[in-house]
Amino acid sequence: MNAIAIIEYLIVGIMILSAVLAVEWRDLLAAAVGMAAVSLFASILFFMLQAPDVAMTEAAIGAALSAAVFIFAIKRTQRFETEEEEKPGWWVRW
Amino acid sequence: MLKRSLAILTLLIIGYWLAQGLAGVPFGQDRMLVGHYYLEHVKEQTGAVNAVTAIVVNYRGFDTLGEVTVLFIASTGVAALLWRKKKKRSAKTEGSVVLTTGTRLLVPFVILFGSYIFIHGHLTPGGGFPGGATIATGFLLLYMAFTTYEIPHRGFEKTEGIAGMSYVLVGLIGLGIGGYFLFDWIWQTWQLGTDNIGRLFSGGFIPIIYILIGIKVGTELSGIIDNMVKEEVSE
Repeated sequence: MNAIAIIEYLIVGIMILSAVLAVEWRDLLAAAVGMAAVSLFASILFFMLQAPDVAMTEAAIGAALSAAVFIFAIKRTQRFETEEEEKPGWWVRW
Repeated sequence: MLKRSLAILTLLIIGYWLAQGLAGVPFGQDRMLVGHYYLEHVKEQTGAVNAVTAIVVNYRGFDTLGEVTVLFIASTGVAALLWRKKKKRSAKTEGSVVLTTGTRLLVPFVILFGSYIFIHGHLTPGGGFPGGATIATGFLLLYMAFTTYEIPHRGFEKTEGIAGMSYVLVGLIGLGIGGYFLFDWIWQTWQLGTDNIGRLFSGGFIPIIYILIGIKVGTELSGIIDNMVKEEVSE
């Protein structure tokens, strides 16, 4: 296994980790940061797979603009996912 | 917990199914059917060195027109959804001195680099969409640093419409000259720049269309940011 393969495995691993964290975090601002991280690592992967056009578009749209749009939307709504106050029945939780 | 484990189980089954399907496709081997034609003929047929932008604008120009339309509909949809009679910026705290001064210095460079990306679409990686997104990032920087900044609306929306119409107009001129929509009349009929492939003044109508797309995407995404930032004023 050469160095580039190791770096690629590392980037894919970090990307999967940030994707899992982006859906797991209850703080939506942190989730937006996780989404931007997924975009960033996807952009690096596109670059390593020799697709610079796609990498530039992914970096410009995914990491900068869509994160900004998500953050503006969070600013105008609420920042935390709310847990239900009283426990609903099993058919809701299911 | 049950819901979550069932979802994970379903995802694992779907993932295994996809992996089974993809196992037959070898990675990194030559599987091109149409690709060879593009790579061999791209220089003499379109004059572009960058094969990706040649395919996107020239061979498959209709898809790009559709993408531009999708972006236009998204921008119009955001504007229609967030439409209010009186809207104002709601930011109360001015950015720090470092932020505002840095923005003043950086924004011209960001916009210059965005223009560079979309003007050199036929030579270097990039093209209209990354260039326009970079320009919109410059305007986003202005919005975040200054509490009162607003894009000049009248000029912006007219520029967007004119750029989009000019794209269709270039295609219609091709229809008139060459017989089909988005025919590359500058390269195929006028033979403009055939002797300097790889320099700036070549590539048929790819630079022109990418300049138009860059301006259109830049103004559109800035308009989306503008709509997202402003809030309604209660009277």
